[in-house]
Amino acid sequence: MKKVINKFAVALVLAMVFALACGEQPAPQAKGDGETRDAEETREAITLNGAGATFPYPIYSQWAHTYHKVAGTKLNYQSIGSGGGIAQIKAKTVDFGASDAPLKPPYLDGIGLIQFPMIIGGVVPVVNIEGIEPGALKLTKNLLADIFLGKIKKWNDKRIKDTNPDLNLPDKEIAVVHRADGSGTTWIFTNYLDKVSPEWSEKVGTAKAVEWPTGMGGKGNEGVAAYVQRVKGAIGYVEFAYALQNKMAHVKLQNTAGHFVEPTIETFQAAAAGADWVNAEGFYIVLTDQPGEKSWPITGASFILMYKEQKNADIAKAALDFFDWCYEHGAQKAEELHYVPMPEEVADIVRKLWADELKSAGNPIWK
Amino acid sequence: MTAIRKKNSGTSRSDLVYRVVAVGAAALVLILMAGLMLELIVNSGPSILKFGVGFLGSTSWNPVTEEFGALSSIFGTLVSTVIAMIIAVPLSLLIALFLVELAPPAISRPVGYAIELLAAVPSIIFGMWGLFVFAPFMADHVQPALKNTLGFLPLFDGPPMGIGMLTSGIILALMVLPFITAVMRDVFRMVPPVVKEASYGMGSTTWEVTRKVTVKYGFSGLLGAVFLGLGRAVGETMAVTFVIGNNHNVSSSLFAAGNSIASTLANEFTEASEPMYLSSLVELGLVLFVMTLLIQIAAQLWIRRVAKKAGGGL
Repeated sequence: MKKVINKFAVALVLAMVFALACGEQPAPQAKGDGETRDAEETREAITLNGAGATFPYPIYSQWAHTYHKVAGTKLNYQSIGSGGGIAQIKAKTVDFGASDAPLKPPYLDGIGLIQFPMIIGGVVPVVNIEGIEPGALKLTKNLLADIFLGKIKKWNDKRIKDTNPDLNLPDKEIAVVHRADGSGTTWIFTNYLDKVSPEWSEKVGTAKAVEWPTGMGGKGNEGVAAYVQRVKGAIGYVEFAYALQNKMAHVKLQNTAGHFVEPTIETFQAAAAGADWVNAEGFYIVLTDQPGEKSWPITGASFILMYKEQKNADIAKAALDFFDWCYEHGAQKAEELHYVPMPEEVADIVRKLWADELKSAGNPIWK
Repeated sequence: MTAIRKKNSGTSRSDLVYRVVAVGAAALVLILMAGLMLELIVNSGPSILKFGVGFLGSTSWNPVTEEFGALSSIFGTLVSTVIAMIIAVPLSLLIALFLVELAPPAISRPVGYAIELLAAVPSIIFGMWGLFVFAPFMADHVQPALKNTLGFLPLFDGPPMGIGMLTSGIILALMVLPFITAVMRDVFRMVPPVVKEASYGMGSTTWEVTRKVTVKYGFSGLLGAVFLGLGRAVGETMAVTFVIGNNHNVSSSLFAAGNSIASTLANEFTEASEPMYLSSLVELGLVLFVMTLLIQIAAQLWIRRVAKKAGGGL
């Protein structure tokens, strides 16, 4: 038996060596016309490298898939997180970075970057309370802030009951769930709490990772979703798409107009509509706590980061072509995945920014 | 004569090559260690300069104000490891004794294979099982029971969420159990039958032979097994990250969410874009490195002392 195995192994090794030898043979030939090949590749199939935010990854990959069929350009997008995206673009290992948190204009100028919004989405508080259906629980901004500050400890707290007189809330401890990793989602969420609660602003602040006053951390949107689903009495926050996919019980929030709104594409759009994109320097726009009857209060845009000075004009042009295509043809796909596409007038402002700011060896890339 | 000399010189040349290659391979380990240490120290420089020794004693972990301290992570690492060892060591000892001393081969073999298989399960599987199956079980059954019986202790205070220090300690115990058991079993097998038979011959019971001969004979080997498990538990990352709750706090309750050094690194490294944040994370890595080193040194010293004192056979 052993001998048979040995013979088999020898045969296998021989076969592999043979295959390797054969595989190497065409190599010298290829080298001969390497130049023409390279030229063809740049013309036909450019591969764009991007890295960053995880939240827009589903829609970026869908767009890239379709765009590859249309234009042949490939997109290699690594969803390593907003912080990672900023780090990678600073290290110049990628053609563009992506961040859910907008960077401040002076910071952008310091590195020579521009940023522009690509897609809009919402962050949704989700709960796991026995007998509470999706959309049944209503929270005001103060309630949400005080829960995440650890000041309201039980679900049958008088203040929660006053806002929800018709709900039968259990005598159960509130388990706060937040992100354990740094995240653009956290940035949007804490930015909202920062705006609506002076105490939050003083004790915690706005960042991709903060010193949480209470609760436990899950890794990624899926980690938070898993914790909330498994811990009774839990409240967490996830991207809207995750809440839908996992059929989680979302919360109705009170917006600045005083209305309790559901998280939907319409309410995200309403929040985005009020923003003054034209006059915002460097597109530094935060969509949390926006005015408007229908506005969802925790809405946020996801941004693309690129260098003003581009080394390779072909690659930069290909990237802009891709983004342009996304603005023009990507809306339907975005809505299917529960994102809000950028309004056409915003896309026009972005195109103007490209034409004005992006250069390669002094020549504008976008005309 | 010349032929012999020629042959000799050939041998010495191949000896030389052999020696150089072997020394090189061994040196590689030292160079790697030194390089790793150097890299960790250099990159944690800003954090060491800013926080000094206070880094080890501070519980704050605030990326917004860039105030960092390692205490909660060190605390979590130690507590989860201690829980794991309290559960895993006696259990492993009993399993190993059963396999070697009591079980007939028909049972000890399949159980032995099962243990080795358990050792081969990737840690992420333990983590997912811990989160999806074990944590809800803890929340619904184990923690309420503990709370009802021992709830007066601060150890079992707080809401039973299923996720936290206790759960991660138990998961860790399950993960290190096969390693400790496998080594202990081998240690017991190496106890010469003559010694045991002599003891039986003098009228000892099975328990007496086990306690006074088998365990004593292999004691330093058993210690080695324990420290092997300890080293693994201290640095375990993925499974702990799933169930520990990932919160930077120091709580007397085992039900509370905590964090360990490894889980903090796994969670926060990719998104840390500010230099001071990154540097503090690297310093956490350095702390873990030093902790592991200290454990190893302590283990070696202890084993040597025990071996001298007890005069065990291994």
